[in-house]
Amino acid sequence: MKNSDISVEVKGVSKNYSSVKALEDISLSVKKGEMFGLIGPDGAGKSTLFRILTTLILPDSGTAAIEGLDVRQDYKSIRKIIGYMPGRFSLYGDLTVQENLSFFASVFGVKVSDNYSLIENIFKDIAPFGDRRASRLSGGMKQKLALSCALIHKPSVLFLDEPTTGVDPVSRREFWQMLERLKTDGITIVVSTSYMDEALLCDRVALIKEGRVLSSDSPRGVIDSYQNTLLAIWGEDMHSLLKDIRSYGEIKSIYSFGQEHHIAIDKNLYNINYIDSLAKKLEATGHRNFHIKVIAPTIEDCYMEFSANKN
Amino acid sequence: MNSHLENNIKPVIYVENLTKIFGKFTAVNSISFEVNKGEIFGFLGANGAGKTTAMKMLCGLLKPTSGRGFVAGFDISKEPERVKASIGYMSQRFSLYDDLRVWENFRLFGGIYGLKEREISETTERMLHELGFTQERNTMVKSLPAGWKQKLAFSVAIIHNPGIVFLDEPTGGVDPKARRQFWELIYGAAERGITIFVTTHYMDEAEYCSRISIMKDGTIDALDTPANLKLKYGVKSMDEVFYQLASSKG
Amino acid sequence: MRQFYIFVRKEFLHIFRDGRSILILLLMPVVQIILFGFALTNEVKNVKVAIMDPSRDAATTMITERLTAGEYFSPYMMVSTEKDSDALLKRGEVSLILSYSERFRERLMHTGSARLGLTADGTDPNMASSIILYASSIIRSAELEISGKIFNSGGVAIPNVRLLYNPQMKSSYNFVPGVMGLILMLICAMMTSISIVREKETGTMEVLLVSPVRPIFLILSKAVPYFVLSMVNLTTILFLSVFLLGVPVTGSLFWLVIVSLVFIFVSLSMGLLISSIASTQVAAMLISGLVLMMPVMLLSGMIYPISNMPDILQVIAQFIPAKWYIEAVRKLMIQGLPLNSVLTELSVLLVMAAIYLTASLRSFKDRLQ
Repeated sequence: MKNSDISVEVKGVSKNYSSVKALEDISLSVKKGEMFGLIGPDGAGKSTLFRILTTLILPDSGTAAIEGLDVRQDYKSIRKIIGYMPGRFSLYGDLTVQENLSFFASVFGVKVSDNYSLIENIFKDIAPFGDRRASRLSGGMKQKLALSCALIHKPSVLFLDEPTTGVDPVSRREFWQMLERLKTDGITIVVSTSYMDEALLCDRVALIKEGRVLSSDSPRGVIDSYQNTLLAIWGEDMHSLLKDIRSYGEIKSIYSFGQEHHIAIDKNLYNINYIDSLAKKLEATGHRNFHIKVIAPTIEDCYMEFSANKN
Repeated sequence: MNSHLENNIKPVIYVENLTKIFGKFTAVNSISFEVNKGEIFGFLGANGAGKTTAMKMLCGLLKPTSGRGFVAGFDISKEPERVKASIGYMSQRFSLYDDLRVWENFRLFGGIYGLKEREISETTERMLHELGFTQERNTMVKSLPAGWKQKLAFSVAIIHNPGIVFLDEPTGGVDPKARRQFWELIYGAAERGITIFVTTHYMDEAEYCSRISIMKDGTIDALDTPANLKLKYGVKSMDEVFYQLASSKG
Repeated sequence: MRQFYIFVRKEFLHIFRDGRSILILLLMPVVQIILFGFALTNEVKNVKVAIMDPSRDAATTMITERLTAGEYFSPYMMVSTEKDSDALLKRGEVSLILSYSERFRERLMHTGSARLGLTADGTDPNMASSIILYASSIIRSAELEISGKIFNSGGVAIPNVRLLYNPQMKSSYNFVPGVMGLILMLICAMMTSISIVREKETGTMEVLLVSPVRPIFLILSKAVPYFVLSMVNLTTILFLSVFLLGVPVTGSLFWLVIVSLVFIFVSLSMGLLISSIASTQVAAMLISGLVLMMPVMLLSGMIYPISNMPDILQVIAQFIPAKWYIEAVRKLMIQGLPLNSVLTELSVLLVMAAIYLTASLRSFKDRLQ
């Protein structure tokens, strides 16, 4: 990877808040034009990392650079080329849609018309409500307005901190489709989320837990690095299936995943006969009408596995 | 004898044509449903579909514009205070006091629901033991990991052994493992006969519910078991059911 | 410059969109002036007087007669002990007690040590002070008549004035300067700090920081609308006090405005300073309330005279800008003194403006934390 291909470079960044370790030796790099996901639950340190990358706070140690500009020294130049959408609603509720947009345009010294083509796809849905105050927009429309405001100066790198938290599945899907289109405009996008399934929509991801990177790779690569064999089981009385299987010694873990349970077992323990022996065991305890098969892990399986290994 | 039987099959939540209108805006438009004892009832819907308003009415916090509703046997329009006393409530935003110790939170909420000092300490001990948190009795809540807080908050919400507990997006932003452990707590409570009324944006969690309702624009567009819903819409996951419903023109 | 204009425009939009606040901000000085004004315009008429006169001689009879002759005072009861008179005052049956020492005329003529006491109910200080003022002047003229014409001696009984229940009496002419100090401080400091902190709370500050905007723009654009509002309020107050209350601007209006401008700058910079400390609107309001409003009300001499305070409070009072401002306004506006009499106040305010402005600009960081 050539240096000029890299958009965001983080090396050994740590950050403490009084005695709490928010980030511990984080390293990752984002290529230009890439959609990069920071995946992890609340409190994992995602927002802290975003604030360091957007020059809002300084790291205690380590270095970070955006488009080759250092977050410590060159923060003024960085601020000209990035767009940032913080986790919470960050528009002026008492200003109208149009006023918000033109205000944020002027903050960056541009006119709305300069880069309108970039946001047209997103903004056209809310344009009919241009005179409505931002506080009276629905959740999805607020989000579109916030994204439009963060894009109006055509940033090279866009930082989106948990844009889909508390958003229903349909709006989430729609939001990711908007991001997909932005990518084709060549904008580097760094996005954080606590929804593990959204990782698949990124080019590359970093799984984060308690201030550390568990794994950083393409979603495919993350899944390929999963070390166990994963079985899915589904049938009647899922709850007692879960309890019974959990008591079996050879099982590494069993967790419910929607309508199935995912059972992780050590690769070396698994052979073609395993499913049969497991089924027999369950039948002996009185279970009927269940199905077992080998499946590919999801990102969520990987996350749980990696975080268990870390501990 | 007969009346006793009737009591047992009486739904814990009974709602008929429940409506809430704010000015010109109809937030909840004549919804009707029942939730039975021990059910885990998933209350889904897009943002702004009217879920929060409906839930507030059921908890006795908002007076319905029209329609009837009974929760734990009490009329939500006429006896909101008795409704509040017989339900548990936990939301994602507010659950525990961060600056109080674990046992202080238990004592506080036990006291709010009028439990006696001895009942509180016994229940607290039992609950902490079940969670495996006995070591954390004196820990300040703010220094606990997020997943632990959720579990404690749930225990505190059912400290007065309510017939039904309302959970408003209880697992938002919680780590995957803690999220599953949380659902096991929910299962445990449901097995003990506590009815669970829960909202979530995680569609895999929708699969864990006994029945699901999906709200859209103030009405309930679908109400059935997850399996039946998937069958009806001819799809494999709840995600797809939700997507089809929400994107169809109502 | 265009950017700055857009920022200022946005701030005005915020203010105008919040109708209730702007109404409060604009009506506050009117309400305060009217409230204080009513307290001031208490008429002294038919005030009931209890008289304690153990001497009952020509002098005391004459003084009593003079006092109760006009429409101002009417005799209510003759009492013989201080206990009785105080009880009357306490029950509100009388508003004034006039008490003579024993052998009043004799002492007045020979030793000059005659005593005459006026006691008023100080719970309503404005009323009490008016009563005392009227009574004293009537008594004084009566005494002059007695000593000059009849007794032909220089002895005059100095009325021994005592205020019960509120010994630190508020000077009535004080309130217009006081209200000016209070309102300007409130609008400039409190409102500016709240409006900056609001952006921190809603998260818009984060977005603005992560932009090429120069922080100074942000800060100054916040100050401009409140500066304008303060000027509007200043005009309102002066207008009302001149035309409604008849308190004229006896000194130079020009310098009064200049001093006010300096004070507005001090208040604005204090507001900016608060906004960099506080992270929530509630905190900003509490800090403004505790650090600004309370001292302004209590230590600036607006309600309690500074000279009556314990030493330590007197020292603290010197650091309160409103104290200097109110003093300057009192001199310029009420007493009509020339500019050179407020040079101290003006220069203290200028120094404070410089210090606070520097501190607040320095304390504004272009990162979080």
